[in-house]
Amino acid sequence: MSMPIIELTDVKKSFGPVSVLKGVGLKVYPGKITALVGDNGAGKSTLIKGLAGVQPYDDGVVLFNGEQVHLHNPREASRLGIEVVYQDLALCDNLDIVQNMFLGREETATGIFDEGRMEREASETLRSLSVRTVKSVRQKVSSLSGGQRQTVAIARSVLKSATVVILDEPTAALGVAQTEQVLNLVKRLADSGVAVLMISHNLVDVFQVADYISVLYLGQMVASVEASKTTSDDVVGYITGSKTYNGEAA
Amino acid sequence: MSATTVPETPAPPQQGSDLIGSGQEGGLLDQVKGYLQRLRSGEMGALPAVLGFVVLSGLFTALSPYFLTERNFANLLTQAATLVMLAMALVFVILLGEIDLSAGVTAGVAMSLFVVLSDPGGIAMNWILALIIALLSGVAIGTFIGFFVSRVGIPSFVVTLGLFLGFQGLQLIIIGAGGLYRIQQPEILSIQNSNMPPWAGWVMLAVILAVSFGMSMLDRRRRTRAGVPNRTIALLWIRLGLIAVIGGTVVALLNQNRGTGFLAVSGVPIVVPITLAILWVGTLVLDRTRFGRYIYAIGGNAEAARRSGIKVIGIKWAAFAVCSTLAVVSGIFSASKVGSVDAAFGRDLVLSGVAAAVVGGVSLFGGRGRLIHGAIGALVIAVITNGLGLLNLPGGVNFLVTGGVLILAATVDAVSRVRAGGSIIRR
Repeated sequence: MSMPIIELTDVKKSFGPVSVLKGVGLKVYPGKITALVGDNGAGKSTLIKGLAGVQPYDDGVVLFNGEQVHLHNPREASRLGIEVVYQDLALCDNLDIVQNMFLGREETATGIFDEGRMEREASETLRSLSVRTVKSVRQKVSSLSGGQRQTVAIARSVLKSATVVILDEPTAALGVAQTEQVLNLVKRLADSGVAVLMISHNLVDVFQVADYISVLYLGQMVASVEASKTTSDDVVGYITGSKTYNGEAA
Repeated sequence: MSATTVPETPAPPQQGSDLIGSGQEGGLLDQVKGYLQRLRSGEMGALPAVLGFVVLSGLFTALSPYFLTERNFANLLTQAATLVMLAMALVFVILLGEIDLSAGVTAGVAMSLFVVLSDPGGIAMNWILALIIALLSGVAIGTFIGFFVSRVGIPSFVVTLGLFLGFQGLQLIIIGAGGLYRIQQPEILSIQNSNMPPWAGWVMLAVILAVSFGMSMLDRRRRTRAGVPNRTIALLWIRLGLIAVIGGTVVALLNQNRGTGFLAVSGVPIVVPITLAILWVGTLVLDRTRFGRYIYAIGGNAEAARRSGIKVIGIKWAAFAVCSTLAVVSGIFSASKVGSVDAAFGRDLVLSGVAAAVVGGVSLFGGRGRLIHGAIGALVIAVITNGLGLLNLPGGVNFLVTGGVLILAATVDAVSRVRAGGSIIRR
């Protein structure tokens, strides 16, 4: 097994008297999809916000490619190539696909946008992810369906040449066909060598794409297993706390 | 784990290209179709305002023999100039989804400073220096508003309403109760009251055409270099043709003698090229630079902008500073037209400015609209004021009609926003 690109050891975070993460460990591998599951309030969001640098951890060690890093702000995470695709997608409805994909790091020549170059790169990125559902890259995002929005949000992270993409409930609001499209996209993303960390409540989705499954329960990582070596029933057990994982952490 | 095949809609046919479409391909017909489709989906832009302008002009031409005369036309332009400038100023903050109710009195405070400082019988400061101080006071006021809106987080409505009241007091203190200062600098007065020589009007039109052509060709070259399709060149010729015809008509009309006495009065008012230059630079900034794009992004989804690494606070701050500074420019236009500054200067301006921007198609919800929409909307409001004035109707009618048009325009904005996929509740 290759070296994990991200390795968390004994990470802690509390809000006032409430301890949300009580010493969590997690490994994320390049080219693999790691699913992070757990019930509401288990600490999933807090865990990824720490990785994104939005809410830094109180304590613990974060190794990135084996070296210790401190994720104090979003820019630091972004510099390492850690990109988060949030559940609410964070796209600007009034801008088109190209403008959204390049938001915050537009290509300019003498201070003026080079729209042609941006359009080409956006188009190529979408093509590289085999996106076929978008008719025009100059469509306003407000005219896109939920699945297409998710696609744009993911493509955006690819365009930033992310090394780690964190997906927060990528299929939560989607229909059946759109869910399939997005899951295929996630697989292609991992196939291109990106480490994917996917939060999901949907175990069917998780088992369809994930290589590893990590289960958070009340702020503790109670199980980290290879998806092929476990079952849906077991994972439900870990999530609800009715089963205990006794194996080695994968 | 099983790989499922997905029914995907087939890609649209590409003409030997591996790129996804961009809506720029195809001939003139495809472009027209695309435009009509955008219209149907609620992206109407300035179309309602342009139609309103045409309809109102026709109506007033039919109702009053004075409306369509060279003299009234020039008059209309100079009357509108103040409002055009103010509306353009407000576009910068309305695009953020914010508002500046104090823009009019900001102009008032700045111009009060100007007249008091430059008064030959008083402080007698060099008028250019006084003008610079007036403009800088605009920057300072905008920075002040920006601080409270973006740093402290007070809704801009409240901050600027407070300033709207406070600045009337400040203006009163600067000018002195009941005071009135005449503008004594011929340079300032000439902005609205003097005209360019007829040849200069034609040069202006030629420059506009050349700049428009040059920018388009530059764009096309860049797009070709990047290997993405260009819009059909016919569109460019049509646009240049339209500018030439409309601009040519305007210049030709204004170059007619419109004097009533011995003195011949002709030429394009000096305020016109100044306004056009500011419009051009402002449009460039909003459409093609980071600052402009980020204003749109924040107006569309501030949280998304923040997560994209945009410094939301700084951009908002700067937008308010730009707005207040341009508001001072509109104050200069107004002072030039009126010829004096008193303690109530600028008080009535601001709501018309907001109305103009909204009538022109700038969305009060933020994120949609262009600088020229503010200018077009201001022309519509100016036509209403001017036309109703010629009809000798009581003054109250003007306010009633302008108010009605504002509500109508805001309704069009809200409805088209829903059609464009937005929710009816402000998000």
